[in-house]
Amino acid sequence: MIKTLMTLTEKVLARASGKTHVQPGDNVWVGVDTLMTHDVCGPGTIGVFKREFGKDAKVWDRNKVVIIPDHYIFTSDSMSNRNVDILRDFVREQGLPYFYDVIDDPNGNWTFDTSKGQLSRQYGSRYTGVCHTTLPWKGHTRPGEILFVTDSHTCMAGAFNQFATGIGNTDAGFILGTGKLLIKVPETMRFFLEGALPAGVMAKDVILHVIGEIGFDGATYKAMQWEGPGVYTMSMDDRMTIANMAIEAGGKNGIFPCDQKTLDYVRERVSENGTKQDFEPVELDREQSFSYDKVFDLSNLEPTVACHPDPGNRKLAKEMGNVSLDRAYIGSCTGGKTSDFLAFAEVVRGKTVKIDTFGVPATTKVVRELKETMWDGLSVWQILESSGVRLTENASCAACLGGPVDTFGRLNQPMKCISATNRNFPGRMGNKESQVFLASPYTVAASALTGRITDPREFIS
Amino acid sequence: MAHTVTSPVYVVQDNIDTDQIIPAQYLTLVPTIAEEYIKLGSYALIGLPDSLYPERFVAEGASHTEYKIVIAGRNFGCGSSREHAPIALGAAGVEAVVAESFARIFFRNCVATGEIYPYDTPVRLSEIVKTGDVATLDFDTDTLTVNGTAYSLKPLGEVRPVIDAGGIFNFARQSGMIASR
Repeated sequence: MIKTLMTLTEKVLARASGKTHVQPGDNVWVGVDTLMTHDVCGPGTIGVFKREFGKDAKVWDRNKVVIIPDHYIFTSDSMSNRNVDILRDFVREQGLPYFYDVIDDPNGNWTFDTSKGQLSRQYGSRYTGVCHTTLPWKGHTRPGEILFVTDSHTCMAGAFNQFATGIGNTDAGFILGTGKLLIKVPETMRFFLEGALPAGVMAKDVILHVIGEIGFDGATYKAMQWEGPGVYTMSMDDRMTIANMAIEAGGKNGIFPCDQKTLDYVRERVSENGTKQDFEPVELDREQSFSYDKVFDLSNLEPTVACHPDPGNRKLAKEMGNVSLDRAYIGSCTGGKTSDFLAFAEVVRGKTVKIDTFGVPATTKVVRELKETMWDGLSVWQILESSGVRLTENASCAACLGGPVDTFGRLNQPMKCISATNRNFPGRMGNKESQVFLASPYTVAASALTGRITDPREFIS
Repeated sequence: MAHTVTSPVYVVQDNIDTDQIIPAQYLTLVPTIAEEYIKLGSYALIGLPDSLYPERFVAEGASHTEYKIVIAGRNFGCGSSREHAPIALGAAGVEAVVAESFARIFFRNCVATGEIYPYDTPVRLSEIVKTGDVATLDFDTDTLTVNGTAYSLKPLGEVRPVIDAGGIFNFARQSGMIASR
């Protein structure tokens, strides 16, 4: 039995370490439910695993390893292409069932055909796109579990009531061989949400507001726990947007309670993809111990922007109309979900963007849904294209993190870009003298229409 | 290991994120491949804006830096989980980063890889010391001496033996946590 009076994070870590109780500062060995890696950190992780456990070593549990190429895929950079091939070789050698490869041939080599351009589909039947958005879609996120990924935005899966955090290659190599990791139990900060979001304000505004409030190292080493009636009004997509950016405040993880929405979402997806179906959520205790505890009234929030050069540099969109822009971008794990593109399309529908605007769906499922969702006889995909958005079918991380120089949407010269992504340190989207402004899909859309940072309520009744 | 290191220092300010330590375009390099490890070192801190940091950390065409000690402000290593970041610094020849605070994953990756010693300083050295000043870091007394003043650093505690061992795997083998090869 797990004793009460623990936070959600403490409960997950207690269970995973076989203890009845843990407290902040404890170092515990946790059993890992899922380890995922991608094309940027996978080859190095595999290298560590082979160096340390031997070239013939087998992973600790092939059903618990997930491999998702998603970062540098649609590029002619030969090193990037090679890295995807290294993943494929490893998957074949280990017999791993969960590999969302860009090509269908398990013995093939990946090359990007530049003659086909950046916009039209160049992937096979199994490719999914951005890992953090793929994991829930393909039934790899479950309440009460432990997820480690070689990527800092792993915290997104905290939306599903699990402990999820990013790690380096060496730790991931250790897990591949042992299925365990030694971690420190973090202190928990509670963010208690009341009220409902007003028109024109999105989940992205909530997290940008909170990061501005606590500072972008304000949650360093800590768990960010989201509670309150405001949480239950939010969709799973909204919760993912918020949990995703825990790391932008330095957080170790973000975590939400489990409700019927969580259960419905997870059950549907684990049954679709044949992944493990049983799980046990962690419930909220009446009394918990927090290092920070604050109530936020959602109805007071306004469209918010994180200005260059960091995600904590908060301003209101309505105060920034004097900032003229060169580019708008919508995409990434945080901002490239179907619901994000629908919000964007609501604003630009029937209008024309004024600046270069790039759209990169997070996953191939998002591409399909945008093409299948019809508004007055037109697909949302068509609506976006006819408003001037350069939309690609090649779902990936793309220019959110810059990447190789031929990456779609990359900032290759100094410019000002408003983006629905999650990070805006100098050089994040390419050129290191560029400036990136983070905002909600609504705000990015409104700003794309005017060419300056714009409060979307000018366009939303 | 040597218990002191004396070197010119390279000074950076607050919130140096992993994109500035090793920009994303170089993440195609795989750290466990020997020649790519060396290349990562040649790109260490190349993402710092030239306007703020006119002095290059690694000279053009070189694979190593002359600065074995980096002095930083708050929140050094924030951003991505890329282990390429501490590895690039270690591959460039950095022994230690002395910062007011570190981002969590970066700190952990320093320890796991054993590449560099991440020292916390209670004093805001990034405003006191200038790039090129020569400092001596004493690992036995946890002090940094520069321009005639000795500054006490926060002892590394339980992570020190892990880095001394050369990372988590070596440490785990030495201490019997996993089987030796």
